[in-house]
Amino acid sequence: MLQSLGKYLLFMSTLFIRKESGRILFNRTIDEAILIGINSIIIVAIVSTFIGAVTCVQVAYNLDNAFIPRSTIGFMVREMTILELAPTITSIVLAGKVGSSIAGGLGTMQITEQVDALEVMGINSASYLVLPKVVAAILVFPMLVILAMFLSILGGYVAGTLSGEVTAQEYITGIRDQFIPYNITFALIKSVVFAFLISSISSFRGYYTTGGALEVGAASTAAVTNSVIAILIGDFVLAYLLL
Amino acid sequence: MIEIHNIHKAFGDKKVLDGVSGVFETGKTNLLLGASGTGKSVLLKCIVGLIKPDLGSVTFDGTYFTNNKLDIRQEIRRKIGMLFQSSALFDSMTVEKNVEFPLKMLTDMNKEERMERVNFCLKRVGLEGSNKKMPAELSGGMKKRVGIARAIAPHCTYLFCDEPNSGLDPQTALKIDELIKEITEEYNITTIIVTHDMNSVIEIGDKIFFLHEGKKLWEGTRDEIMDSNIKELNEFIFANRLMRDAKKVEEEEREEEEERQHNGQLSASQGKEKAPSEETVETQDEPQPENPEGPAATTQTGKDKV
Repeated sequence: MLQSLGKYLLFMSTLFIRKESGRILFNRTIDEAILIGINSIIIVAIVSTFIGAVTCVQVAYNLDNAFIPRSTIGFMVREMTILELAPTITSIVLAGKVGSSIAGGLGTMQITEQVDALEVMGINSASYLVLPKVVAAILVFPMLVILAMFLSILGGYVAGTLSGEVTAQEYITGIRDQFIPYNITFALIKSVVFAFLISSISSFRGYYTTGGALEVGAASTAAVTNSVIAILIGDFVLAYLLL
Repeated sequence: MIEIHNIHKAFGDKKVLDGVSGVFETGKTNLLLGASGTGKSVLLKCIVGLIKPDLGSVTFDGTYFTNNKLDIRQEIRRKIGMLFQSSALFDSMTVEKNVEFPLKMLTDMNKEERMERVNFCLKRVGLEGSNKKMPAELSGGMKKRVGIARAIAPHCTYLFCDEPNSGLDPQTALKIDELIKEITEEYNITTIIVTHDMNSVIEIGDKIFFLHEGKKLWEGTRDEIMDSNIKELNEFIFANRLMRDAKKVEEEEREEEEERQHNGQLSASQGKEKAPSEETVETQDEPQPENPEGPAATTQTGKDKV
């Protein structure tokens, strides 16, 4: 465990030595941002919309006290979405999609000697391959989380009004009630940290793949499980420190 | 010219290279020959710096490489072209992008110059018109050719090939071998090829280093390799039945030749003592044709002479 942690830290330090030119890294980052961001929009949209809808229905189901206003449903959907569901669940979903893709891609490059080919050319393969992924994830994840927040709240609205649990007016009143802008900042900080954890851990697992196709699969699995555990630990630490 | 001196490498308790030294000359195809697991590929990776040797040094044209400053090593690496066993083409890029990649990363060429060079290299390896194909659409031999084109694109000074004809049919393997040899001589580069293919040795091996259990047991030219008296080398060369048969035929022919020469000398010395008839001398000097009619015919011929 400690050995892996040390190796991970050393790996991260290699990203910043003998970097390629800014133009090359910029182009690579844009490419990676498209791969990570654009290709993840649909899954993020589906997951977050349904999470918002389910949250709304379940909160409504638990609110059977006549003294609690129905607008509380909107309030709770907003709070849960912004503070926890949008950044954390989105990141866990992305750990599965993006993390496995990063680890699988790098692992395949490693076992087919493509990484060696870069090294022989005098290119820092870790920096060339991994740094753009990490930077792109850090740039794109907050955008995906903002999208997830919006769609989750929208999903709650649609589910609540269609099922008749809450009126449109009550829901909107609820989501505007006692709004704390810092919560958005907190959610975005979380998304940046999670982006770093997912991209770097998955890259680390993929980059050090040895063997064959079986090991690439194992690296992808390890990337996802390690990223999810890191997200959950990070979630707790950030909540403890920042709230 | 590349010099290696006393290279040692072990993975845990397993000693893979045990004090290998040698000089790889410019303009020649230098072959690292040996059975599987003798450390050829590890030695190649130690030379190019993909694996750090435990002990020993590598020098490229007099410039110390191993453990030298990072920027000096980078400078040398930028003169290296390498063809990998699996070709190691970037599978997300087209053939054109693969060959263009080192030019984009390592040179200041503009797009037009890069494309000119890419087209030249692809033409040189016989793949003109394949620019837009993806690696997955190529055959094994074509992948090797693209690998060679990518290696030579940035005007490399040193070319390394790790089993360039593995997995190829004999005809394609021969073409790849010939291509590497032509390129080596044409651009006067130092080429090191890892192989265990005796056909490559015979076709293109200017200088051969034989490795066995991590040690260099023999070095020499392809003309000398058949006459080596190193047991392990002979076992390796003649492990192939065809090669063994070829060797046997060669030995038989040599024995026959020696016998003929011996007979010739003998008759010459007899001629000095007693001048023979012209016919007899002719019979002794000329190689005896195989007699199609058996001993009776021989007897008949003999009677005729008498």
